[in-house]
Amino acid sequence: MPEPVRRIVGKAAPLEMDDVDTDQIIPAQFLKVLSRKGLGKYLFYRWRFDEDGRPKQGFILDQEEYRDAVILVAGRNFGIGSSRENAVWALMDFGIKCVIASSFGDIFYGNSVKNGLLCIKLDEESVKRLRGMAAKGELTLDIDVESETIKLPGGETMSFRLEPNVKKRLLEGLDEIEETLRGYEAKIREYEAKMRPFKIPSKAVMPIE
Amino acid sequence: MAKSVLEKIWEDHTLAKRGDEYLLYVDRHLTHEVTSPIAFEGLRARGRRVRRPDLTFALMDHNVPTSDRTLPVRDENSREQMRTLAKNAREFSITVFDYFSPWQGIVHVVGPELGLTVPGITIVCGDSHTSTHGALGALAFGIGTSEGEHVFATQTVWMRRPKQMEVRMEGRFKSHTSAKDAILYVIRELGTGGMIGHAAEFRGEAVKNMSVEERMTICNMAIEGGARTAIVEPDDKVYSYLEGAPYAPSGEDWTEARKYWETLKTDDGARFDKSYKLDVSRLEPQITWGTNPAMCIGVSETVPEPRQFGDSSQRRIVERALEYMGLSPGQRIEGTPIDVVFIGSCTNARLSDLVMVARLVKGRRVAQGVRAMIVPGSMLVKRRAERMGLHRVFIEAGFEWRNSGCSMCIAMNEDRLGPGERGVLTSNRNFENRAGPGSRVHLASPLTAAASALEGKIADPRRYSLAGLDELGLEWVSPWIERNILKPLGGG
Ligand code: SF4
Repeated sequence: MPEPVRRIVGKAAPLEMDDVDTDQIIPAQFLKVLSRKGLGKYLFYRWRFDEDGRPKQGFILDQEEYRDAVILVAGRNFGIGSSRENAVWALMDFGIKCVIASSFGDIFYGNSVKNGLLCIKLDEESVKRLRGMAAKGELTLDIDVESETIKLPGGETMSFRLEPNVKKRLLEGLDEIEETLRGYEAKIREYEAKMRPFKIPSKAVMPIE
Repeated sequence: MAKSVLEKIWEDHTLAKRGDEYLLYVDRHLTHEVTSPIAFEGLRARGRRVRRPDLTFALMDHNVPTSDRTLPVRDENSREQMRTLAKNAREFSITVFDYFSPWQGIVHVVGPELGLTVPGITIVCGDSHTSTHGALGALAFGIGTSEGEHVFATQTVWMRRPKQMEVRMEGRFKSHTSAKDAILYVIRELGTGGMIGHAAEFRGEAVKNMSVEERMTICNMAIEGGARTAIVEPDDKVYSYLEGAPYAPSGEDWTEARKYWETLKTDDGARFDKSYKLDVSRLEPQITWGTNPAMCIGVSETVPEPRQFGDSSQRRIVERALEYMGLSPGQRIEGTPIDVVFIGSCTNARLSDLVMVARLVKGRRVAQGVRAMIVPGSMLVKRRAERMGLHRVFIEAGFEWRNSGCSMCIAMNEDRLGPGERGVLTSNRNFENRAGPGSRVHLASPLTAAASALEGKIADPRRYSLAGLDELGLEWVSPWIERNILKPLGGG
């Protein structure tokens, strides 16, 4: 069950790349896990480590001034590809609390909401600008979920939009299963009662192949 | 009001609406060893049960070895994930097709062939390519692990309604081109984000003429264009594919089901938010040159030159991809030497794919120094191929004939490309490092992959004649194979 997300204040790191897919966020070899904790060390693994597992120099999140970044300013189509929720867990375990991009992979976006990782969609111009500012040096953003605003240093604010459900979910950090069962059990039963037999798998018999 | 097939299924399964999210009942939940353990863990932690074990099926595919199943599983983590799934399945009373099951295979191959996937139902699975099942007229979504836990406990999922996109394919395929070339071309044209937020409905003459398995190929890869899911309205071909399948309705239920399925057509005048049209008759075999599926060209074309791109960030992306792939700007793609050919994955490792490969490689030899492997999409596909005698064609040609699993498509088992190695793969993703660290992947159709295996270079399949079905010396052809595989290929 995610913690509520109300306000995020912290440093932003630029990731100047479009189409960052979840294979890059966390490679498949690190999916053979039975827990969601501790995945941060595998985040962007191939960009941060060589084939023998030695750290490579230079990846943005490993640079001194971005090491404690909590916000990632990316490009277009962040999180496309595989449905692996490990991508979200890895980002969060690493310390990232918010990703700003001009668009997101659909499943990645849904997974983020469920885990309390704030994903903010801004128009391309604004994303570019923020990324540029973050690349120039220290950029601390103050993001408020309730008012849907990002405060920049110097007082300027940008606003963003969250769907009401997403916003509510983030602010309250609800146990969604509990909520569904509490609110909709009757509806579920109603459907199940009138479910036609052909929608239920029949008892398997070995076929002629 | 005119409705699309998606709208009909959506409405049939809507239990409630909350803002712009819909609560949908889930008729089928498929789950595998990699994305499920943490969902089961969540259930256990709160003392919850799987609400409908009879609608839930588990199998092992992503990290299973494709070698001899009598040998121990060497990778400790894989073994642990498989054991965990078996244990979870027992504890929660779910049917599991495990490593040794005769029905083991890739989830998106197994669902349809066992009749777990039928028209008009909702299906979810913790895997992005769940859209594949849309080829049979089901509404199918890939979901995350938290969502999976929600489905286990409630048999429902909260879902925003995707916009609808019509992808019309008209015309007739030229020889040696197929569904894979069509979908690669669509993604090439629309980009990896071209269908984001949309459900793709594939329609048109070319889709009607496709076999059910070819439709699975296009629905499978719609995800690479960013689509939320994909669907094709069901027809007689789908019913024929399902009739007699072990979990499909039978007897009176079958008659009932058929009646219902007939209503699942997209009405004339149904509205789409976006549409795209393709004449498949002008396609040549397609192959990717870069590090996402949209970076794709015809096999006779040259790879792009960064300076063609006005936008500097575009230019950098192309430069980076060329460098990663070890290709020079403007070079011809055909003739590029390769190390590996992989015929497998949920995109292109069904029986009809294997028949096509057999027709091309029959009586020919894989080039020296190339590792060519065939990994059937399921153990049932493998058995059917062996009954027909196809495996002999492959083995004689020099292919490895392996057991089923995701294999090199995701490289979670031992099947992978070494750093810098180049492969032609029939799978669906060519991302950096996808088939192993430093791997260079070219996505293509089974025929293009087969021709490349013969030459040891990226090759144009059109230079090879295809053996007639009668020349393959098929041994054991069941009525199902005759009806669903050979007939659509122009035989049987
Ligand atoms: S074959 Fe590849 S794409 Fe298909 S389910 Fe397996 S890993 Fe995913």
